[in-house]
Amino acid sequence: MTNNQLTEKGQLRHFLTIEGLNRPLLTEIMDRAEQFSSISGRQVKKVPLLRGKTIMNLFFENSTRTRTTFELAAKRLSADVMNLNITTSATSKGESLLDTLHNLQAMHTDMFVVRHAQSGAAEFIAQHVAPHVSVINAGDGCHAHPTQAMLDMFTIRRHKQHFPDLRVAIVGDILHSRVARSQIHALSTLGVGEIRVIAPKTLLPSNTQTLGVHVYHDMKTGLQDVDVIIMLRLQFERMQGALLPSENEYFHSFGLDQQKLNYAKPDAIVMHPGPINRGVEISSDVADGDQSVILEQVTHGIAIRMAVMSMVLGSRSEQQESVE
Amino acid sequence: MTIPTTQVDIQELLESMAESIRQTLQDSEPLLIGIHTGGVWVAKELAAILGADFFDAPLGTLNIAYYRDDFTRIGMHPQVTPSDLPFAVDGRQLILVDDVLHSGRTIRAALNEIFDYGRPAGVTLAVLIERNGRELPIQADIVGQSITLSPEQHIKLTNNDGLQLEIKSKETPDD
Amino acid sequence: MKLHIANGRVIDPANHIDKQQDIYIDQGRIIAFHTQPDGFNADKIIDANGLIVCPGLIDISARLGEPSHQHTDNITSETKAAAKGGITTLCIPPDTDPVIDIPAVVELIQDRAKHCQRTKIYTIGALTQGLKGELLSEMLSLKQAGCLGISNGLQQIDNTLVLRRAMEYAATLDFTLFINAADPWLQSQGCIHEGMVSSRLGLGGIPEAAETIAISRYLLLIEHVGVNAHFHNISCGKSVKLIKEAQERGLAITADVSAHHLHLSEHDIGNYDSLSHVIPPLRSTRDREQLQQGVREGVISVISSHHLPLSNDEKLGPFAETCQGISGLETLLALTLKLVDDDELSLEQAISNLSQKPAQVLGIDAGHLSLGGNADLCIFNPNAENHCQPNDFISAGKNSPFNGWSFNNEVVYTVYKGNIVYQKG
Repeated sequence: MTNNQLTEKGQLRHFLTIEGLNRPLLTEIMDRAEQFSSISGRQVKKVPLLRGKTIMNLFFENSTRTRTTFELAAKRLSADVMNLNITTSATSKGESLLDTLHNLQAMHTDMFVVRHAQSGAAEFIAQHVAPHVSVINAGDGCHAHPTQAMLDMFTIRRHKQHFPDLRVAIVGDILHSRVARSQIHALSTLGVGEIRVIAPKTLLPSNTQTLGVHVYHDMKTGLQDVDVIIMLRLQFERMQGALLPSENEYFHSFGLDQQKLNYAKPDAIVMHPGPINRGVEISSDVADGDQSVILEQVTHGIAIRMAVMSMVLGSRSEQQESVE
Repeated sequence: MTIPTTQVDIQELLESMAESIRQTLQDSEPLLIGIHTGGVWVAKELAAILGADFFDAPLGTLNIAYYRDDFTRIGMHPQVTPSDLPFAVDGRQLILVDDVLHSGRTIRAALNEIFDYGRPAGVTLAVLIERNGRELPIQADIVGQSITLSPEQHIKLTNNDGLQLEIKSKETPDD
Repeated sequence: MKLHIANGRVIDPANHIDKQQDIYIDQGRIIAFHTQPDGFNADKIIDANGLIVCPGLIDISARLGEPSHQHTDNITSETKAAAKGGITTLCIPPDTDPVIDIPAVVELIQDRAKHCQRTKIYTIGALTQGLKGELLSEMLSLKQAGCLGISNGLQQIDNTLVLRRAMEYAATLDFTLFINAADPWLQSQGCIHEGMVSSRLGLGGIPEAAETIAISRYLLLIEHVGVNAHFHNISCGKSVKLIKEAQERGLAITADVSAHHLHLSEHDIGNYDSLSHVIPPLRSTRDREQLQQGVREGVISVISSHHLPLSNDEKLGPFAETCQGISGLETLLALTLKLVDDDELSLEQAISNLSQKPAQVLGIDAGHLSLGGNADLCIFNPNAENHCQPNDFISAGKNSPFNGWSFNNEVVYTVYKGNIVYQKG
């Protein structure tokens, strides 16, 4: 596997996937996010770090929430941000996707934040942008959503100190989840003791074990002694593909309610990348309960994206040693 | 080549700076802010000399990494301790402390950052060493010592078992 | 043109020949071996010292991108590419645009091919009208127009009743049925092999069962109907096993594999390399080994390019949105001989898989070097150093995943109907 998201010196040139990044780099992202999260508490919630940089949010798939956190992160770093929602019909051909890209690049863009329905789209775009342009993957098909995974790791680190001691369970539609794939890579890179996935066979990729996880098909054994529970969003179109019979049955077997939560450790935290479907993958009392850190995840999303944006653009400097 | 500046008695400089602060700012209830990392060391020494009662809030620290004007050239600073101002700056008199005043760019960045926290009544700049080579119209109000160095010389405050000043010449490699 | 091919090592598996001898050609036919006939005055003498002379290669399935609405003159470029690859005969599946379901399309193709005179082009007729899997095509007239067999191309026939009747009708005409076996539903969600790589890249997977279920269904119907059948482009080890068992039961079935499936696996997709996007998908390394074994054991008797030339734009995009296909005419021989270098196949078998065997499956008088027979030959250097550079392909399609591969062989001359149609520059 190539790693064209790193510079020769091992710094982030693009941010496309967690796969292939080492532990110090993931830790650095979280450390920087820690520094940036203090900025949100100031009177002026921004720093002039990326002043004069132009960042394009290129969303081929709608996601108001992710786009907003990227936008806010860019603005807090004083970059100029453009939001472009591009319907997939206009770019169903690869050539016009590239045309779109080259046009925007001609406007002296420094960074593209890309969300696309096709796996590998961010990689494809990164391969075709000019050398001075960086790409951040804001979710590509079922492949990766690395900033979401990093904000989840950041949230876990805030609550649980030592990754190797942890047992983490990811519950739900692993097969179609770019979030789960990125989380699995991040958790294993950070040395988490045990990663479990809990799902019906219809929502698991083939050879799931090759991703380095333990597979469970029921919540009772799967959640036993778990420190962190990550619930995934269930897309409603899954019912159409004959993957599941009904939301009701799904909630009954794989939805997280207080009773199932009790199988986990008493201090287990509950996470969800949002937006949540109450009563489908998680009950309201658990989503809003003491163990839920779901809203915190949203807050941390901004700091993580500030960290990644500044690291990626910072790696583009002419020289690297510190002066003064 | 390293020249330890043994002739400079740092403690003496600090005491004269503390005295100036006492004389000029005693009545204005000032707050103390050090710039990472040398400025924080100097500020801590000044706070110790001036005594626990002089300031009514803990020392504030600024890390100007996100306010530098050389990001495009230098990139991200490798390690950054976040800024921490454990007080509101609005309407207050601030003493901004750094180890060496050289180009003035660090102070420019620090002032920018301070104003992102609020609107102080005034800022006094105190530096241990003022050297030649200013690139911006910035002057110190309180100075430990002024020195003149050649452009390739570089003065640095270190803190291994006490503060010490080092002058390095960029042209002569260390041996 | 009188041609004298001197000093070459002649390998003709069909006639069990492997020896150094001269060949004399006149009026498109081989008129003598070894001894020069009286009064023969060669117009050209090819010194084949150190070279291997074998029957012109036969590619059992190559799509030329013509006829189609997009490309206008592909037959010219692709027959040139075939000649460069040592191929003197190729067979076009019916899924052209328009579909080969009426004799007029066959005539159109033959008409265009006639201008080229580099490669014999055969066609396979459509099993159902428009390949839609509903109504039978006029198979008799397609046969009369020269189609060598009948097939539904890459389109699957969902309705088993229609399939059964189409097979019965083809059997009536003694037509061989050519099959690309895939379960349309299991295949519909995917673009690569369902396995480690699809899980990692988050790409939709095509399970092995998409092929094995379809093959099993076909095998049961073939046995029931009693039709001659040939499976195209087998991709899984388990398919080899199914076909082997059926052959042992006495079913008249044969199979081919693409040269690329014998060398590549799902791992060659790497980070979404669209050049490795093919249908059927590249499978696991274990499947690849079992396919090689299937060729070695003769279960799979034919190696084909399964050529499909595509433009750069068709390969440019997020992986799943790119077109499937590999431009393979110019690497067919090289990849097959690489298996000989790797001790997977004997040289004689490799040549047989590319000449004698496909001729047998297609039922044509070709793929051998016989006195009085067609003078279609491939002359190659088995000790050349050669780096694959798709950008230098003659084919309109530069879409090859073999960029930078090194081969120990290269075609030096291709002779079609007694004429030199390719000579290494």
